[in-house]
Amino acid sequence: MNHIKRTRTCLCLLAAACLLLASVPSYGQTNSFSTVSIGVQSKMVKIYGAGGIKGLEAYQSGFLISEQGHILTVWSYVLDTDYITAVLNDGRKFQAKLVGADPRLEIAILKVETDRVDFFAPKTAIDLEAGDRVLAFSNLYGVATGDEPASVLHGIVSAKTPLDARRGAFKTTYRGPVLILDAMTNNPGAAGGALTNRDGKLVGILGKELRNALTNTWLNYAIPMSELNQAIDDIMAGKTRPRSVDETAKRPERPHSLHKLGILLVPDLLTKTPPFVDRVRSNSAAAKKGLKADDLILFVNDRMTDSCKTLKNELSLIDQIDSVQLIIQRGQELLEMELNLTDGT
Amino acid sequence: MNRVIRWFLFPLILVTVAALAAPLAAQEIPAVVAKAEQTRIAAIAKATTSAVSVFANGGRGGGSGVVITPDGYALTNFHVVKPAGSAMKCSMADNRLYDAVIVGIDPVGDVAMIKLLGRDDFPCATLADSDKVQVGDWCFAIGNPFLLATDFQPTVTYGIVSGVHRYQYPAGTLLEYADCIQTDASINPGNSGGPLFNANGDLIGINGRGSFEKRGRVNVGVGYAISINQIKHFMGYLRSGRIVDHATLGATVATDENGRVIVSNILESSDAYRRGLRYGDEVISFGNRRISTVNGFKNVLGIFPRGWRVPLEYRRDTETFETLVRLSGVHSPEQLLAKIQRPPQQGPKPNPDKPKEKPEDEKQPPRRQPPRPQAGPAPKMPAAVAKYFKARRGYTNYYFNLLNRDRIWNQFQAETDCTGMDGKWTLSGTIPNRGDVEIILDTNEIRADFPQGQVKVDLTKDFDTQLAPAGSGGLLVALQVWKKLLTEGPTQFGDVHYLGTAPVVNQEGVFDVLIGTRNVVETRFMFDSQTGKMIGLEMYPDLSVDPCEISLSDYRDVQGRSLPHLLKVRYGNNDFAQIKLTNYALPAASTDKKNP
Repeated sequence: MNHIKRTRTCLCLLAAACLLLASVPSYGQTNSFSTVSIGVQSKMVKIYGAGGIKGLEAYQSGFLISEQGHILTVWSYVLDTDYITAVLNDGRKFQAKLVGADPRLEIAILKVETDRVDFFAPKTAIDLEAGDRVLAFSNLYGVATGDEPASVLHGIVSAKTPLDARRGAFKTTYRGPVLILDAMTNNPGAAGGALTNRDGKLVGILGKELRNALTNTWLNYAIPMSELNQAIDDIMAGKTRPRSVDETAKRPERPHSLHKLGILLVPDLLTKTPPFVDRVRSNSAAAKKGLKADDLILFVNDRMTDSCKTLKNELSLIDQIDSVQLIIQRGQELLEMELNLTDGT
Repeated sequence: MNRVIRWFLFPLILVTVAALAAPLAAQEIPAVVAKAEQTRIAAIAKATTSAVSVFANGGRGGGSGVVITPDGYALTNFHVVKPAGSAMKCSMADNRLYDAVIVGIDPVGDVAMIKLLGRDDFPCATLADSDKVQVGDWCFAIGNPFLLATDFQPTVTYGIVSGVHRYQYPAGTLLEYADCIQTDASINPGNSGGPLFNANGDLIGINGRGSFEKRGRVNVGVGYAISINQIKHFMGYLRSGRIVDHATLGATVATDENGRVIVSNILESSDAYRRGLRYGDEVISFGNRRISTVNGFKNVLGIFPRGWRVPLEYRRDTETFETLVRLSGVHSPEQLLAKIQRPPQQGPKPNPDKPKEKPEDEKQPPRRQPPRPQAGPAPKMPAAVAKYFKARRGYTNYYFNLLNRDRIWNQFQAETDCTGMDGKWTLSGTIPNRGDVEIILDTNEIRADFPQGQVKVDLTKDFDTQLAPAGSGGLLVALQVWKKLLTEGPTQFGDVHYLGTAPVVNQEGVFDVLIGTRNVVETRFMFDSQTGKMIGLEMYPDLSVDPCEISLSDYRDVQGRSLPHLLKVRYGNNDFAQIKLTNYALPAASTDKKNP
């Protein structure tokens, strides 16, 4: 009988030890991020577009945010073309469509015609604090091509702080919270990459190349997903998408027009002529608010205006009694202005 | 029920208390972290002992390196030793400064082998299998960034593997980084040539390059290390004291609209063409790796030395072909010499051996560079180093070529000494199922009886036009060359040099290769470094045609020396014959033996 008891005691001890060991991660499990990397790589996208001239790389990074092939990336000159190429982690190459962009956050969403892809759900992204370990995934320097995996850097969150940075001589539009990293993420092509925690859970998007406004040093930072989710929803819902020119939507009886606002655009010679301002009539509503020649009108009432035609169409859908919100690009600077016909003569 | 709870809970509480007590004892550091820390400390301590800080004599810069054998052979970058010249000083973490001499260089792969002198018990690194390295693995670099190791203590920088199998285009015309390991461990100027270790402290690569571009020449989290598996392929070549070249397939590839990697150009004189590869064929695998990108193809091409035979699988329409392709050199010997020339410096007299032509990349108008401290003329080589150095055109250090050539020959001679046995050799035997064979290797001619008829070779004429018997690629000439090497030895035979190590078809591992030129033909003799036996030879009447390949085996005693009794002869894609020798009739050895 004693023999049976001893055996039972030994078995119970063994079972308890196994339970305990199973609950503590072994060193081997924590010794490499290789498994985490493999899990994230399937969501990474290599993006190729405009650029390629000196100092302007024609590539950047992005990651999938829906099963239907929506890709989150940064809004940049790389997307300033009708031929944006997105290469998924498995090497499949697609011509991507620009769904929309948020110029204040400098993010854009692309779409490729595929489904059942692995993706990060933006809403499930987590927040991190200073001191937390991070992994940064991107195609920096365009090192990877085809089905080659993105580069991974490791580091920690050094600080969580409002962004105070500049690009060239101009301060950035986004001044919200960012995660400052000790990983060297500020490299050509890295913008749009994914920042994850040590378990591969999405935290934020790697920002564009910027310098600290005070120290002039390159900034390694990411924008937390919590700052982007509303904008992502808006873009996915089509709120920033230009309305089709021949849309049969009801138009106001007395709509706005470029002429009434005092704006003369460059001659509309191309299929999609960028809506650059050629001249501004003096004492007009536009002149009163400081619109100038060579300004590029990016958004009208938060809708993208990627051509002279879409700009004219957007204005034709706004009643004269309402104001017109413009987001314009002047050089490297992003400006917002509100035009009212009552301001001009 | 109570008894069950008692039996289970009691031990559980005991084990839990014991487990929780451990972290408390370690000042609240979780046991798993403390263990990881200790493992890391141990790995760094182990790895640091083999790290080398390279300092060029005369203030000509420096870099890093790592010792890989107890007798002091060490790896570094070509671009580290280029300004240093043939002799340098190396410090190690044992606080000692050692003299070192150049051994061999691989300018395209940016690798150099040096030898530290003064000990035969150097601490050396353990070479890992770098193909097992994965993205996300911890790794660390040890080296001499910014030449900080003036106190002889190297710097350790920790990071993770950011990418594997990376391809980096050649910088200028040389320094191609193929199949390299990308890391975010800080790699700065001075780290060049230093080791990259895995978390266990085993060597996975040699650091040498970073993506810097507009960030200036400091680390930006993107460093590249040449994989140690690539260097393993080149190890024998580097030990040969030669200027080693990389390889080309003789064909280029491109990605088509369907993402397939296809042959976009091919030279008809290439071995790949002779093996059947054609324009438009899809490359399926190369070097036993599946090929899905052009970078992937270039990666494979970059890890093998010229002259190696590499498996290639390709598809034409629906048919798939598998073959072995012999890789040819990227550069001619003269081109390679020209490319590694240093620009002339003020001070030293011009070297009359150097070609007068400037390399193409130096013909460009000079770019404005910040002023650099002027290095003086190269100091005289220390006497301790000079005895390990022998200059010869085309070699970085001919001393090491002779060292290896004599090592191989002396080992071979121990069992197969035919020195001075010049005269008539009669080899008799059979080709199974075909008939008897007799080959008479006489002084001025070769006469042979094969089942298909009699053939002759006139040894007073050029060998390359007498490739009898038909379909063998020159079996009789190959045997004549073999006999001459055996009877005369490498010093009397003609120009015989050590190539390095290379694989041999249907054999495991790599084999030492000697190259000898006799009459107008070049022959490669392969030796097993374990047994010392010659296991085969390849006779090239011309380097742009297939060789006559003879596999030598079934060594048996013949009048006190070991000679092969089975010759497998192959030419191109075909087996010519298997000759089973039953008798050697040899002349007596002359008394005035000429030892090498």
